[in-house]
Amino acid sequence: MKGVRPRVKVPKKASAGDTITIKTLISHPMESGQRKDKDGNVIPREIINRFTCDFNGENVIDVTLEPAISTNPYIEFEAKVPESGEFKFTWYDDDGSTYEDSQKIEVS
Amino acid sequence: SRWSRAMAQQSITQDQLLQFEPLGNVTLIHITDIHAQAMPIYFREPEINLGVGGAKGRPPHVTGADFLKMFNIEPNTPDAYALTYENFTDLAKSYGKMGGMDRVATVVKAIKAERPDALILDGGDTWHGSMVALKTKGQNMVDIMNKLGVEAMTSHWEWTYGQDRVNEIVDGLPFPFLGANIFDAEWDEPAYEPYKIFERNGTQIAVIGQAFPYMPIANPGWMFPDYSFGIREERMQAMVDEVRAKGVDLVVCLSHNGFDVDHKMASRVKGIDVILTGHTHDAVPEPILVGETILIASGSNGKFVSRVDLDVRDGKMMGFRHKLIPIFSDVIEPDKEMTDVIMGHREPYKAELEEVVGETNSLLYRRGNFNGTWDDLICEAMLEERDAEIAMSPGVRWGPSLIPGQKITMEDVLNATSMTYGENYRSEMSGEMIKTILEDVADNIFNSDPYYQQGGDMVRVGGMGYHIDVSKPIGERISNMTLLKDGSDIDPARNYVVTGWASVNEGTEGPQIWDVIADHLRKIKTVDLKPNDSVVVTGI
Amino acid sequence: MGGVAASMLPLPALADAGADAIAKFTGGADAAMGDGVTLTAPEIAENGNTVPISVDAPGATEIAVFAPGNPTPDVVTFKFGPLAGSQMASTRIRLSKTQDVIAVAKMADGSYVQAKSTVKVTIGGCGG
Ligand SMILES: [Mn+2]
Ligand SMILES: [Mn+2]
Repeated sequence: MKGVRPRVKVPKKASAGDTITIKTLISHPMESGQRKDKDGNVIPREIINRFTCDFNGENVIDVTLEPAISTNPYIEFEAKVPESGEFKFTWYDDDGSTYEDSQKIEVS
Repeated sequence: SRWSRAMAQQSITQDQLLQFEPLGNVTLIHITDIHAQAMPIYFREPEINLGVGGAKGRPPHVTGADFLKMFNIEPNTPDAYALTYENFTDLAKSYGKMGGMDRVATVVKAIKAERPDALILDGGDTWHGSMVALKTKGQNMVDIMNKLGVEAMTSHWEWTYGQDRVNEIVDGLPFPFLGANIFDAEWDEPAYEPYKIFERNGTQIAVIGQAFPYMPIANPGWMFPDYSFGIREERMQAMVDEVRAKGVDLVVCLSHNGFDVDHKMASRVKGIDVILTGHTHDAVPEPILVGETILIASGSNGKFVSRVDLDVRDGKMMGFRHKLIPIFSDVIEPDKEMTDVIMGHREPYKAELEEVVGETNSLLYRRGNFNGTWDDLICEAMLEERDAEIAMSPGVRWGPSLIPGQKITMEDVLNATSMTYGENYRSEMSGEMIKTILEDVADNIFNSDPYYQQGGDMVRVGGMGYHIDVSKPIGERISNMTLLKDGSDIDPARNYVVTGWASVNEGTEGPQIWDVIADHLRKIKTVDLKPNDSVVVTGI
Repeated sequence: MGGVAASMLPLPALADAGADAIAKFTGGADAAMGDGVTLTAPEIAENGNTVPISVDAPGATEIAVFAPGNPTPDVVTFKFGPLAGSQMASTRIRLSKTQDVIAVAKMADGSYVQAKSTVKVTIGGCGG
């Protein structure tokens, strides 16, 4: 799908055991399946239905999104960082596409 | 008459107005909701200002004789004229116009002469509300407030110049544009300075700003799409805790929440000493105590300046003394330097400002929960000029008054209407939609929880009447909607031709409302309004 | 599941849709109102299409959010993994009208607790 762009905000550094705040945004229309076009036909649903964040292969959060989530879904949450590593973010589209982003963090 | 006016004015002097027994070590000077009224004006306070729930019968929801009694003010005195509505025309003739930023400057200078460390704080709704402000995109007021020596401000109508203009001005301000509750809409991060800590006389004073919480709802959100507002009570508590942790001695909240919202916030956020409240335009002559917080309401349109002296010791407010100083423009000497700033900005628009478009035999005022004669006139103009069945005029609380016998200039018309979205629309609305609008606006005023109130007055209507029970919940307040021209019930299913102005929707089309009013005035020449009894209020 | 199918149901079926959706999440167990979960939402939505909400339920394994006044009441479910720094999350939601938004948290012991917050979706206009 065109125009879908994930963005994440993760601190570059943290101390071991810190809790950090992560913010994510993905540009996506989140077509609810409840709107009609000019001719009165229902516009088919097409949303991001799931979002996950993992750190070094272990899960931080797993989110199920419904059509009531706004255009350009925004998700903010907190993560523990036991060691240096990489966050992996995955968004799952109704159309079967997945979008990914990743972000390294240095833990001292 | 000239004689009675001279007699009346002899009874007040500048020294009396400024008289103040100093207290303690901190002085705050608060002015708010000037709405770009740089020149002296008449401003009639409301006759009807209903409080609901806990606010019933509590200031500022007390008017007229009840107000005079509550604050021990004699009728027909200068204070009665400044603070209440009764006998307004006669008293206006006796005591003259109020406000004028050059008079305000004199008062501020006098306080500063006595208390050089006094902090000057502007509660917002400053840049908007007059022809000159509209033409200069707020620049006249920015220059005036800079000259006055303002040290921090917060905001509301400022945003109706659009976010780019706001940021252009803010970048050049010599003081912070505070808003703990202004966040960027994308990443939900603070967008403006939440507070500033001032060191005065060895005392650390934190001033936390709170912008109007309902910005994109009450005004066109498309003009400032990158920002989000809201009450954000937790954020306010966090900021109070943060400045307390930094060891400040006094916490002041410079707020544009509106009085009842601030009253509730004071009861829930712990650690604020003083809330300088704005937005609802209330002039309350004494501080209102909520727990250990005092609320100061300093009126609007440049009519008043509040001086608050505080005795602050060891991080505690031990005492306060307050005066709501009425700015009698014939009594207070204008400050020459400020007059020059004001006149410099007026000069290019002199001819337009002074153009006489009619005169009035009626007292024209705006404030009041349900209607005002200014809006009766505006609705009449819209109905006739736009050939509509029903007119709607927004319940804004700004707009000075005109007294019978005054000529009406374009400046006067724009004082009551100027804005960046003044298009006078004409469209069709179903009776059901009109009911929904009235219910929605009513709930924004009469919801029993202040956090659900936006602080405007009821939308004014022309061409129709209705009953309102303010004690009922949303959906049940409005009844007996009738079309005045034939007395018929408003039919939910029928479409009506409706005209109005100040739509928050992008792309609204139509002539500017002030031109519509001017056209109408040029035709009728003289305003003679009949009493408006089209709204019947119950549940008080 | 699917928004399209649900939105095509005749209107009477919507009356208990909120309760049904919550029951589906809790497996029919009660979710008492309680301090265990906090839902933060604006009193008045700046824009009904994008209403910021935050949920927080220390010790929860999952938090689900419902908007029973919407055409379909399900909104979002947060499942917290082993590296969650807290059981707190924020997002932005669509509200078709004024309603009580409900957050239900599933606690580690399998019990459920809920919180609600009224968000007003208003036409707007007018201001002081
Ligand atoms: Mn104002
Ligand atoms: Mn305001």
